[in-house]
Amino acid sequence: MSPRTLYQKIWDRHVVTDYGNDEALLYVDRHLVQEVSSPQAFATIEKQGRKVRRPEAHVAVADHAVPTKRDGRRFADELAQAQVDRLKQNAKRHDITYLPMEGDRHGIVHVIGPELGFTLPGSVLVCGDSHTSTHGAFGCIAFGIGASECATVFAAQSLRQRRQKTMRVNLEGGLPDGVTVKDVILALIAKIGTGGGVGYAIEYAGSTVRGLSMESRMTLCNMSIEAGSRVGMVAPDEKTIAYLKDRPLAPKAELWDAAVADWMSLRSDEDAVFDHEITFDTSALVPQVSWGTTPEHTLPIDGVVPDPADIRDDGKREKMHRTLDYMGLTPGTRLSAIAVDTVFIGSCTNGRIEDLRAAAKVLAGRKAAPGIRAIAVPGSATVKAIAEAEGLDRVFREAGFEWRDAGCSMCVGMNDDRLSKGERSASTSNRNFEGRQGIGGRTHLMSPQMAAAAALAGHITDVRKYL
Amino acid sequence: MTMEKLIELKSVAAPLMEDAIDTDVIFPARFLLLLERDGLGRYAFNERRGGSEPFILDQPPYDKAQILVTGETFGTGSSREQAVWALADLGIRCVIARSFGEIFYSNCFKNGVLPIRLRGDEMAHIETAAEAGEEITIDLPAQEIRVADTTIAFDLDANRKRALMAGLDEICTILSDDADAIAAYEKRRASETPWLVLAPEQFGQIKTEEDAA
Repeated sequence: MSPRTLYQKIWDRHVVTDYGNDEALLYVDRHLVQEVSSPQAFATIEKQGRKVRRPEAHVAVADHAVPTKRDGRRFADELAQAQVDRLKQNAKRHDITYLPMEGDRHGIVHVIGPELGFTLPGSVLVCGDSHTSTHGAFGCIAFGIGASECATVFAAQSLRQRRQKTMRVNLEGGLPDGVTVKDVILALIAKIGTGGGVGYAIEYAGSTVRGLSMESRMTLCNMSIEAGSRVGMVAPDEKTIAYLKDRPLAPKAELWDAAVADWMSLRSDEDAVFDHEITFDTSALVPQVSWGTTPEHTLPIDGVVPDPADIRDDGKREKMHRTLDYMGLTPGTRLSAIAVDTVFIGSCTNGRIEDLRAAAKVLAGRKAAPGIRAIAVPGSATVKAIAEAEGLDRVFREAGFEWRDAGCSMCVGMNDDRLSKGERSASTSNRNFEGRQGIGGRTHLMSPQMAAAAALAGHITDVRKYL
Repeated sequence: MTMEKLIELKSVAAPLMEDAIDTDVIFPARFLLLLERDGLGRYAFNERRGGSEPFILDQPPYDKAQILVTGETFGTGSSREQAVWALADLGIRCVIARSFGEIFYSNCFKNGVLPIRLRGDEMAHIETAAEAGEEITIDLPAQEIRVADTTIAFDLDANRKRALMAGLDEICTILSDDADAIAAYEKRRASETPWLVLAPEQFGQIKTEEDAA
């Protein structure tokens, strides 16, 4: 057999029917179900009188709409309450495991999938959420789908797909102090653009990637979609195995041994050819911050707000004017001089224990600047419990942060945590789109450490000064 | 089960000449709390409408447009299919862009909406025609766009073309064509990668007391 990439190997294993021309019916091993993209999908199969083909292949949890200040009462927002109630009813009716908000397994879909051992190497995993690329950190093909495809997965446990082209991104040289994988992925998106990965499944490789924890690999793969790629992945290694061992839904005993033997062999062949390959030296990278309304609008912390006058293309210049107007920024302003009023640490990108530890390390013994509204939102109940056992909640509170329950929170403006018009955030989330964090809200994307430093300074600043 | 067929469109095309219009702009997040999929057009581009200058899709003749012409990576970002449902509810059956967000692109086909990628002079020609309010014809069987005396061909996967033309629902197609293949695959999976098969009893340990009650 000719040499194949990791993506091609997993793809080949999941072909149910080959339609030719790189189109196939692809089997789906796992489906994470959340409240926003599922109600219409359940309605579709019910209207067609169909059942969920394999109820055990799905796990349902509400994350987007849930308030993160929970008191056991019904939500103030009735629409949000109704959406969460609907998920619970649908899961029950179709015999799908539902993880209640009050339970100790609750959390953001992309945080709990790996925690449960639901996410496994060599699998195909989908969810009606674009950040499903997160799970590729475990060496699986994981991608976001729309509600119609969610319905197809319920009924047929498979999807018609076109095989992606493959791109390998080699990250080499390790990371300097104060620089994280979030800075790497933001810098990469700034380099290749939000359309740079369209049509490709990205495999991240190289010495920097091998050195990353599973949490960091998840952050990396999570933001692949912001470069346009539905799929980001990292080949499994001993870190992957160590993370998954003894997770509740991971295989056990002999099955575990057989799985590990298979997983450790899952990698791109030495001589596999990628459709595109780039190498990126991360050894001298500096912290990154977004200034505009797409993640590619990112610059190093020592940069300044760009000037539309420097742009030749009329359309692009006009877009930049629009962006700066929306963001309320003047060309030439140093990024480190931009004042923020809100700091958000959390999300499926940066709501894991490692992220909270890193932010807490910057905050320890210090106080947020006066007038800053700062919230720390663990990605799951498990993350929250670990953080509290380590005393991180105290560090956050003493620094002036609110310590919340798990949820998507201020990453997506559809729960109680939002920016108001004109408010400006330092945010560890993944999207700085217009209105993403609330109508008229202004978002600056950065790492958890950088967001913590912004809370202390009251403006965007270089975290390396605080280390 | 069927969706609305698409064979031919004749319409003016609304020019929305901006790059990277994401699905948060097309369908703002707070409306995602609605449980419906019909009638969502009123929320489309909500933050771009109601300003001093009418939004392009509210200006005659474009308020009747069935075609939208736009820039790079249209529909990038969130997977929310509401973005397509809302456009379709406004009567848009075809989006012509330089490139698309992939999930949006895929979602279009599930809802009888044809996404077409064009670049270079061909795209420039369509932009000009859209801005001039000229009638554009989309001929799906021929895979052609016709405007005045110019004809432009476009690419499309064969399966997707067939589904749009026949108004086929994907679930019905898969279950009628591939049901046996799926069952055979599941049998093979159980023997080749048995660790991927979840047994219902494995969920016992993550159930809460509330579920057990």
